[in-house]
Amino acid sequence: MDDFLNVSELTEEDSGDEQFTAAQVLEKLEEAWMNEKLSPNLMECKSEIVECILEQMQEMEDNINRAKKGDLKVSLHRLELDRIRYVLSSYLRCRLEKIEKHAPVLLEREKSKNDIEPSRLSPEEFAFAKEVAGNLETHLKMVVVKHMPRNLQNLDLPEIVPSPDLDHYVFLKVNKDEEGVIIDAETEDHGADKVDLECGAQHLMRYKPIEALIENGTVSLM
Amino acid sequence: MFGEKALELIREFNRNKDGNLGPYNEDGVRQVLEEMQVLYEANQNDVAQLVQDTSDQTSLTAVQIRHDSLQRNKRCILAYLYNRLAKIRSLRWEFGSVLPPDIKNNMSEKEVQWFTRYNRSLANYMRSLGPGGLDLTQDLQPPQNVYIEVRCVEDRGELELNDGSKVLLKKNSLHYLPRSQCEHLIRQGVLKHIT
Repeated sequence: MDDFLNVSELTEEDSGDEQFTAAQVLEKLEEAWMNEKLSPNLMECKSEIVECILEQMQEMEDNINRAKKGDLKVSLHRLELDRIRYVLSSYLRCRLEKIEKHAPVLLEREKSKNDIEPSRLSPEEFAFAKEVAGNLETHLKMVVVKHMPRNLQNLDLPEIVPSPDLDHYVFLKVNKDEEGVIIDAETEDHGADKVDLECGAQHLMRYKPIEALIENGTVSLM
Repeated sequence: MFGEKALELIREFNRNKDGNLGPYNEDGVRQVLEEMQVLYEANQNDVAQLVQDTSDQTSLTAVQIRHDSLQRNKRCILAYLYNRLAKIRSLRWEFGSVLPPDIKNNMSEKEVQWFTRYNRSLANYMRSLGPGGLDLTQDLQPPQNVYIEVRCVEDRGELELNDGSKVLLKKNSLHYLPRSQCEHLIRQGVLKHIT
């Protein structure tokens, strides 16, 4: 992997002043891809990784075009480039599908969140989600709602369009120790149901309680 | 019974679920909307009478039933339209931005307009990904090889490859082409991948 990407020339800088090698960025992309595919909700937006990979793909493309034709290495580089493009496309497609399915709910959550929480939609995705939701609303209104009796003409999209199923069960593996994860909130009848997660263990749980842990890397979906 | 026609719309859509899009049932939708109008007017009259004559509450249950039917009709119609749009969306990802004419004939005019707007939003988004954009409708399968062997199913004339060389696509001719450049032709059915 290092040889193919000529890693010595391709160290990328992260906005947080950390340096990641090309191999590490690809690993992060693959992890984000797995998590996105297996989770029922839209995960946080990983724009830095996407931009990084796009830059690298451009560089690889340039390298390939510069190399002399017929060289065996060229085919291998090209296949590697195709593979990376596939992973990135699949990741972005997965996100787009979720955005399209749940656009009204996601937009509402974006509006009501505070500034500390990171956004789940990149600016382009946000614009896309708005257009999708607007398109749907226009279509439904023009075709039928306009002709419905007056007291039924309100169209509350977040109520009508299904929202992500946060109670979906997911398999996960634990990357770092974490104690006291609350599975069921405290009620009058019983105290909070807590679980300790050990590094290396694998569990099957509801998605909602561990959502935050996926985002900060403590667990990953499998 | 109220709500029958609306349910019929849903059943019709369900029957066609796995195939391509069925024709838009303009009549069905119109009938459901008419039924809703009739129910609503009947309810208006009854409510006026109930308000006026508070001693005679017998039509209260009738109002309730009609109201529930109205809600059900609304839900069924919206579900019918929404699911058709979802189906059209999946056809876009399968066939590309130009749909085959037989599918297009089954779409209502408003659905065609929706499709145009959807195409535009999608194109804008894909263009924003890096310089020159990234076409997300390519690369639907993990790549196995750089070059693949394909057989041409129908005459398509000349295909120009990225490096400038031209390939003549005659029926039943075999070619050894870069995968990325014939993927969309394979999806359209012009080329067949030989494994």
